[in-house]
Parts: sequence; structure tokens; C-alpha cells
Amino acid sequence: MTDLTRSTAAQLAARIADGTVSAVEVTQAHLARIDAVDEKVHAFLHVDREGALAQAGAVDEKRARGEKLGPLAGVPLALKDIFTTEGVPTTVGSRILDGWVPPYDATVTRRLKEAGIVILGKTNMDEFAMGSSTENSAFGPTGNPWDLTRIPGGSGGGSAASLASYQAPLAIGTDTGGSIRQPAAVTGTVGVKPTYGGVSRYGMVAFSSSLDQGGPCARTILDAALLHEVIAGHDPLDSTSIDAPVPPVVEAARNGSVAGLRVGVLREFRGEGYQAGVLQRFEESVDLLRELGAEVVELSCPSFDSALAAYYLIAPSECSSNLARFDAMRYGLRMGDDGTRSAEEVTSLTREAGFGPEVKRRIMLGTYALSSGYYDAYYGSAQKARTLVTRDFERAFAQVDVVVAPTTPTTAFPIGERADDPMAMYRADLCTIPVNLAGNTALSLPCGLAPEDGLPVGLQIIAPALADDRLYRVGAAVEAAFEARWGHPILEEAPAL
Amino acid sequence: MTVTELVSYEDALTSYDPVMGLEVHVELGTKTKMFCGCATTLGAEPNTQTCPTCLGLPGALPVVNAVGVESAVRIGLALNCEIAEWCRFARKNYFYPDMPKNFQTSQYDEPIAFHGYLDVELADGEVFRVGIERAHMEEDTGKSTHIGGAAGRIHGASHSLLDYNRAGIPLIEIVTKPITGAGARAPEVARAYVAELRELIRSLGVSEARMEMGQLRCDVNVSLRPHGREAFGTRSETKNVNSLRSVERSVRFEIQRHAAVLGDGGTIVQETRHFHEDNGTTTSGRVKEEAEDYRYFPEPDLVPVAPERAWVEELRSELPELPLARRTRLREEWGISAHEMQSALNAGAIDLVVATIAEGADPAAARKWWLGELARRANEQATELAALPITPAQVARVAALVAEGSLNDKLARQTIEGVLAGEGGPDEVVEKRGLRIVSDEGALGQAVDDAIAGNPAIADKIRGGKVAAAGALVGAVMKATRGQADAARARQLILERLGAAE
Repeated sequence: MTDLTRSTAAQLAARIADGTVSAVEVTQAHLARIDAVDEKVHAFLHVDREGALAQAGAVDEKRARGEKLGPLAGVPLALKDIFTTEGVPTTVGSRILDGWVPPYDATVTRRLKEAGIVILGKTNMDEFAMGSSTENSAFGPTGNPWDLTRIPGGSGGGSAASLASYQAPLAIGTDTGGSIRQPAAVTGTVGVKPTYGGVSRYGMVAFSSSLDQGGPCARTILDAALLHEVIAGHDPLDSTSIDAPVPPVVEAARNGSVAGLRVGVLREFRGEGYQAGVLQRFEESVDLLRELGAEVVELSCPSFDSALAAYYLIAPSECSSNLARFDAMRYGLRMGDDGTRSAEEVTSLTREAGFGPEVKRRIMLGTYALSSGYYDAYYGSAQKARTLVTRDFERAFAQVDVVVAPTTPTTAFPIGERADDPMAMYRADLCTIPVNLAGNTALSLPCGLAPEDGLPVGLQIIAPALADDRLYRVGAAVEAAFEARWGHPILEEAPAL
Repeated sequence: MTVTELVSYEDALTSYDPVMGLEVHVELGTKTKMFCGCATTLGAEPNTQTCPTCLGLPGALPVVNAVGVESAVRIGLALNCEIAEWCRFARKNYFYPDMPKNFQTSQYDEPIAFHGYLDVELADGEVFRVGIERAHMEEDTGKSTHIGGAAGRIHGASHSLLDYNRAGIPLIEIVTKPITGAGARAPEVARAYVAELRELIRSLGVSEARMEMGQLRCDVNVSLRPHGREAFGTRSETKNVNSLRSVERSVRFEIQRHAAVLGDGGTIVQETRHFHEDNGTTTSGRVKEEAEDYRYFPEPDLVPVAPERAWVEELRSELPELPLARRTRLREEWGISAHEMQSALNAGAIDLVVATIAEGADPAAARKWWLGELARRANEQATELAALPITPAQVARVAALVAEGSLNDKLARQTIEGVLAGEGGPDEVVEKRGLRIVSDEGALGQAVDDAIAGNPAIADKIRGGKVAAAGALVGAVMKATRGQADAARARQLILERLGAAE
């Protein structure tokens, strides 16, 4: 490992800009790191060596011509394999897209390229982003760099693991119920779910349209903010994209402060199912906020008790419809097309072979929940619960500026431990799901290691919709205080691979 | 399949009261599709007007076509509907290979327009009011072509070709309330409704609404109930009835078929049926054992549509004069009967006549040419009147030449023939073909003198007072001038020269 792979994105960008290192050298260093460790970690599904070097070369040429470079030009990035990339395979962690090479770039992909960011490759994920461990990938699990026998979180386990194993300084994830924040928490990295509509969903393969949100992943708050600014902003191709200026996230990340801030702590996020070490680190975080000058207010959001149930009706319902297009007619896997079968039979065989068990489970759940006669009881009630969650957040944010909570109830669990217990798996997103239901914004950053297992614990900061900058202001202050206390970033305590 | 002897139409109506429901899909003539920027040009090479969105590629998202929404609101207003203050799109989920996403983006319980009506005029001038339940926005599917099966049906086909050019083209689905009280005139009402709706759509300029091009497609629901009963009977739904004549025939057939089944003590199966243009019958399609479950839910990829009231009122104020009102006004201006106006409507001549009058022709002459000679030629060529290569201005010019005495009817027809043959405008054709009536005294006098000289016996008869014989000499003059003489003037000259009087 070289200092290039240990550097933050901000440091790399500065060095590339002043010419002390070339973008190609930076990319080569990260490709070498991937070669060295990814066989063990399995963060990447596809490494685009040539594309990455070409993109890096273009940045170097641009600099040589004296053109102005963007704030992250030349910095490598790991892209979750849920974003379409023109000419580069996109699998969404599923066999069903076997052989599909998208003819178009997602808006996020396009913005990354335009910013001169070097896309190293596509990262592993739970199939169609359904899962909290990356074990549901059709291409095998990803290991947590802190302990390769444990899960790196999910669905964006590949993106988080690539950061924690220094294969990339930046990554992109998507967060439908916690798929950015929970992997960040269990890998000791930073992940942000922007306000719903803050980052374009165009070209992001849909799981649950009303909940899905792409966002930045990084090792530091500032890096996440720099990336946030690149990918956020209105996109006319996404009708749900917010047509408003991007909140000043970078400025906030450079000016961390919590003085005078009112911070809410929720009664609902504790108790049964929460690991003692997670709660301990969370309490310490709250104490730290007080020390830094914040006023802590205890709040209750009773509707959050039904958030998980509502989520597991809404998300499967939308997914059952979103995934209907995978029918073997136009792209991807096609099974049984031997001239003897009807189109319907080919579709059926393909879906049988192409989707994994969790995806099938959710398609069936959703199909059932939307069925006539059951719609009101399931989908309808879930929407009502969603409205209540949103109102509870509104009431909370009438009293406080941000809410803090554990990101996930436990530290990284062993691979295989919850594979046969979907409910246990779903509980990993207990603290993150309400944010998606309400369309708010939230961030997870490391707040220490759990004493009992030495694994990272995440602190979640939640802000109202459109106040993404508030997350970075608070996050930067907390990050600085913790690192001052620890003497180094938490990741430096991770074992060498 | 059991073959049921049909009951005569009259007998069916003696026992039963028909109830209809019509669902019409109108393909809007927008430049781009409903949810993406792809072109909508008809007849393009298959799959050349597609993009990630209308192909349903992973990750692609829809964006609503503002012109599509505006068209829907205008149609709703023209149908006297209320316009929703807030409505959403919904996903209608079902698998079909020509539907790229395997759901159709449509509207469900929140249509953009609802609770309206359309007045339709029957051939005898009676006006029948058809209630409109709703008009909603949705997208078209792609097109499947089945290869190797009989008559393009999927059954027995070896494979199918899919063309997604049509996928995503905006559709407005217009659903009537149950149409009751039409009695024996039900088939005529159904036809008149679709015809009036087509006129309405065209007058708004939102679609050409050509049924033969699939731009206006009709599903016809029919049920019967015994006279005096409130509750509706079980309905059948005849799909894709795609001409006005077929709408009328299919309703008539279904009334007879239902009556036969019910009369035998049978029950009508709720099913979709196919109409056969060749023999005017319907056959069973898919039996709807239970209502298909489309699992509708609000489309999360689109934001709600909330037409501002001020905008809606602006659109309302900008609506053109609607077709029925216009025809009623024109009937008065032209002094014609409801039946004559119906003929003009059926011939597609109204706009042409109006335009010809605007070019200076009098209404009678304008109607005469369009509905007579030109309608005959259009019919011969199996083309629409408006497609003939002659303009209202040119027809008006022909009428003017007749009015000033430069052409007679026969010469006028020849002039029109020349214009249609591409020989130029009316004046050019008259000039090139030398069609102008010969009325100058010199040429005509010479022809008269020649006729008298060439027919001395007839001339003598006339001199002797047999004026009726002058016709023969006029005939000779006309022959000599190849029909271009002013016949009345020729007769006058003949009588003058022979010293005879009428």
C-alpha cells in the first residue's frame, strides 16, 4: 500500500491539481491495490482498468493544457453496480442481467465523468439492492475489511468495503432503507443518504422508486461532501428530482460546528435487539455533542415502531412492478428459448433462473400486497404509516435541528449468520428505514469500536429534507472531535489485509 | 363453440333494452412520446424511434409530456368534463412482450377529466346526450407481429417480431357512462358518438384521429336487460372495433346474439370478443373468469399533475367552436337539412366547403362541387376528399368561371379533371385545353352560318315556323365547337338568321 491509497480524496485532488502526482499514477496505485487485496475482499464485480486509465489520462492532459480541473478531478471512485455505465456491464448483483451492457450512462455516471472522477469499476451489492449484508449478490459475498468472515453491510457492501480496504477513496452507493448508511457503519466509513430527489435516479436501476436515493460514500466527511456536490442537483430526466440549488455541503463540511445546536435523541432507538457496545458508543456520542455545545433533547416518534413493517410492504410492492421488465425479451438472461416454448414460458423460466431467493420473496410479497382485495389492508395501510412517520419527523424537527441515532443495532455479523432468518436481517435497517420513508437526509460516520468485538459502530445524524448541509456541519465537528480523542481516523485500527 | 341462432334485431328489441359502454383510445398527435423525447412519426423503420425510457431499459425514468397533458385537458373541457385539481399516474401491471416495462403507465382512480357529456346528432337531426365517465392519460404499447401462425394470430406462430416505435405514444382513453335509453337506435347512437368524438378530436387539433391508422380505437361493451328492469345484464366487450361502420354493426350483432342466448335461457359470459369485418360477427376472445388483477398503484416515478385553475380557464376560453355547434350554425347559413349536413359530414366535406366559400364561392356551388364531382372522383380513387390534389381556392375559381358564364357544367368538369391531373390551376387548364365557352359573335356566327348552310332542310323547317327543329342546328354548332359554344346564344343566333321567333 502506498500513501496514495491512504490519502483522502481531497488530498489526492490537491496533489493532482498542483502536479505533484498524476491522475494516472493515482489510478495505477489504486488498481494495484485492487489487484493485491480484492481477491480476498471481493468488493468489485467488474474492474474497468482501461476505462479508468483513459479517464485519468484525460485529466492529466487537461491539466497539461492548463485547463481548470474540478475539485475531484483525477480521483478514483468505486461505483455501485446499480448505476448504468455505457459500454461497461451493469449487473445489479443479479444473474438476470447476465450479458447486458448498457447503451447509456446514468446521470450520476455522467456527472462523475464530467467532473473528471476516475471510475475504477463496479462494486458488489445485494441483488437489486435487497439486503443488508451483500450476501444476496448472485456473484458471492463481500468480506468486511475489519474481519473478512463478517458482512460488510448491504446492500452497498462492495462500495463500503472498497473504501475500508483502501481500494478507492470515494464510492457511490444507493440507500433505499439504509444501504449506504449501514455498510458505512459496519466498515468504519462515512455514508450519506441525501434528501430524496437530491441526486438523480436516472440510470439507477430501480428497486423501490419512492425510497431509492443515490449518495456519496467516503472515508471522511469532507470527501463525502465534495462528492455530494458533484452528483447532486436537478436532473430534467428524473421527475422526482428536486429543482432547487444543492445545499452548501462542502462549505458546511469545512466549517464543522454544533455550538448552540439542538440535537434530538429518540426513545424508540434503543432497547431490545441493540448490542450493548453499540448503545454505549452512541451514548458517548451524545455526551460528546453536549461537550461540543449542543443542547440534547429527548424525543419520541411512536410511529417508528411500524416503520419496518410499512417499509416491507411499500418497497416490495414497488419492486414487484419495477422488476417486471426483466422478462428476457429485450436484454439480459434468456432461458429456454429453443423454439418450442412460448414467450410467456421463456419469461417464466428466465425469472425462475435469474432472480435469487430474496428478490423472489420480495416480488411475491409485493405482488400480494398490491392485489385487489388486499391493497387497502397492506399497501394502503403502509402508506398511512409512512405519512405518520413523516409527521413524527416534522414534529421532531420543529423542536430540534438534527436527530441522532445509532445507524444500525449491531456491529458486523458473521457471514451466513442471518442468511436463513429474513426478519433478523431486516432488523439491521431498523434505525435507517424511517428516514427513507420520510424522504429526509441522514449520514453515518464512525463513533468508535464496540468494546465486546472491536468492530466499528456508526453514528447516524438525521436532518430534515433539503438540509443536507446540516449533516456535514455536525458530522465534521463530531469527526474532528473523535479523531482528536483517538489520535487518528478509526480505520487505521483495522487489521492489515 | 356453440353456434347460436341469432334473434332478429326487431325481436331482440321487443324483449330487451340495450345498454352500451364505449371505450375509445385516441392516439395524440404530439411530436414526442408521452414519457420520453422519442419521435412519433408513423411508418418509421421498426425500433428506430426508441430510447432507454420507452424500451424500459433498467434505470430509465419517465418524464411527462406537457403537450400530452394540455391535450388531455382540452379534450376533457371539450367533453364538458370537470378537470382534476390534482391527479396522479398509476401503474397498470400485467405481462405482455410488447409492453416494455410490463406495466402500462396510465391513470386509475384519479383521471385528469371526469363527469362530462357529448351531444351527438343522429341522421334525422335528433340530438342524443352521451355521458362521459372519464378521460385519462396513458401510453400505447409496442406492436407484435406474429410470424408463421394463421392470419397473424399468436396461436400457431413460430416467433414474433416486436416493434417498440409505438410504445409510449400518448393515448387518451375516453370512457362513456352506461348509455341507456337508445333503444333500437343503439347501434346508430354508438356510431354517431364515435363519429362525433372523432370530429371533436380533430377540431381540437390534438390528433388526426384516423381510425384506419389506429389513431382512434374503439372497444364496445353491450349488455341487455329486459324492459323495465333497472339492473344491467352481463356485458360483453368487443375489442378493437376500428371503423364507424363496424361500431354500428358490432353493436347490432351483439344485441342479436345476447338476445338469442338470453332467450334460450342461457347466460352471457363476461368476456372480450373479436369483431370480424368480413361477416359482421363477433367471436369469443378471452374469457374473464375473474376481473384481471392489474395491481394498480400510484406511479412513484412521476409527480402528481395539478393543472392550475387559471390555466384550465385559459384553455377553456381558447377552445374552438365545437363540431356539432358549428354544423348547426353552418346548416342555417347554408340553408340545408340535417340529412344533407350529415352527408357532408360523412363525405368529410365540411371544412372543404367552408374553405371554398371563404374563397368567394356561394354555398350551393361549393357544396355541389365537393359533394358531387369531387366526391365521385375521391370515391373512384378510394381516397379521402381532402386528399384530392385540388384546393378550395381552385374549386372556388371554377365556380366563379361558371358563374360569370365562362364555363358551363361540362367544361367545368373538364377543368376540374385537368386540375386533378396536375395540369395546373383552373385558369391554366382552361387556357391550355381551350375550354372557354365560345360566345364571341364572330366565331359563333360563323359556326351558326355553317350549320345553316350544311342543313338546308332543317333550316327550311325553321323558316317555316317549326322552332323546335332549332335544337338540331344547335347540336351541329356544339359539335363543330367541340362543346364550347354558349348553347343559348347559338340558338338565339339561329332563330335570328332564319327569321323565326320562339
